Amino acid sequence: MSLLVWGFFTGIIFGFLLEKGQVLRYDRQLGALRLKDLAIVKFMLSTVLVAMVGIYLFHDLGLVQLKLKTTVLGANIIGGLIFGAGWGLLGYCPGTAVGALGEGRWDSLFGIVGMLFGAAVYAEVYPALKTNVLAWGKLGKITLSGMVGVNHWIVILFLIIVVIPLFFWFERKSL
Amino acid sequence: MNHVLKQKTWSVYVAGGLAGILLCLSVLITGKYVGASTTFVRSAGLIEKIFAPERVAKMDYFVKTEVKIDWQWMFVAGIFFGSLLASKLSGDYRLTALPPMCERRFGPDRLKRWIAAFVGGMVAMFGARMTGGCPSGHGLAGSSQLAVSGYVSLICFFIAGMIMARFLYGGGENR
Repeated sequence: MSLLVWGFFTGIIFGFLLEKGQVLRYDRQLGALRLKDLAIVKFMLSTVLVAMVGIYLFHDLGLVQLKLKTTVLGANIIGGLIFGAGWGLLGYCPGTAVGALGEGRWDSLFGIVGMLFGAAVYAEVYPALKTNVLAWGKLGKITLSGMVGVNHWIVILFLIIVVIPLFFWFERKSL
Repeated sequence: MNHVLKQKTWSVYVAGGLAGILLCLSVLITGKYVGASTTFVRSAGLIEKIFAPERVAKMDYFVKTEVKIDWQWMFVAGIFFGSLLASKLSGDYRLTALPPMCERRFGPDRLKRWIAAFVGGMVAMFGARMTGGCPSGHGLAGSSQLAVSGYVSLICFFIAGMIMARFLYGGGENR
């Protein structure tokens, strides 16, 4: 099966799960940012807990390769903060904006058009950013485990031990 | 099975966990990690190409990103259809112009919401491209690989998002 068909198929299942988790909603996203309803945080952390175990298991068995994004502190921090500000205003992230439209929440359409413009503007200014922001604090393709200098399973175990009690705490506080 | 697919909601932990399994299988089968924001760059490039193909062919960022329909483009398109399918099955699909939380705070003015969504989307995508990913690419795929870039970006997304939410909604208890 071609890669394009796999992409479409994977997207359909992912969109289905996002909808069933009820995370394709402005109210849920702002609810998380206002620390009143942490559904999207629970969804993301559940995904990461499962995926990190599976990916590293497959990796250690030699079945998959990691595809790490380069850590550039300047770009990650400044870009991350800019993204966050826009996200708080829009109330959807790129993937969930498309999913929200599928659920009939068509205010997301204006966000999607805005995102297309944002991408176009970025393409215009990219040459000017290349030599500064995008090069500040370039640390390479590093991982948490590599940075601390321990085996990746120690970090994975640590994250599991931290996150699971956090889930129970969220539920107790009905967040 | 049919009954489960028609349910309005699944536990967010179950939906998130299943998304984690989906991520692992995707990497195992096709080697592809999820992401969404690059698709907006490719789409912007595809649209610009209609009007100025020579210009797009020369722009650094579009050359680097390759303007074409790829795995991720189909994945993002799939999110729309997956969400549509899930919401149609459960009867949750509804054309909604304004998010309830937004309407309670800012009133029924649609134009105001459209402008906010557009501007928010533009800012968010600019930032996502600067840091090299969004909550899917950095937040899910990056964090699952224990990438430092993923955790730094994710933390910055939430910090700025929380500041924006506080600016828009204040610190009050009103849900």
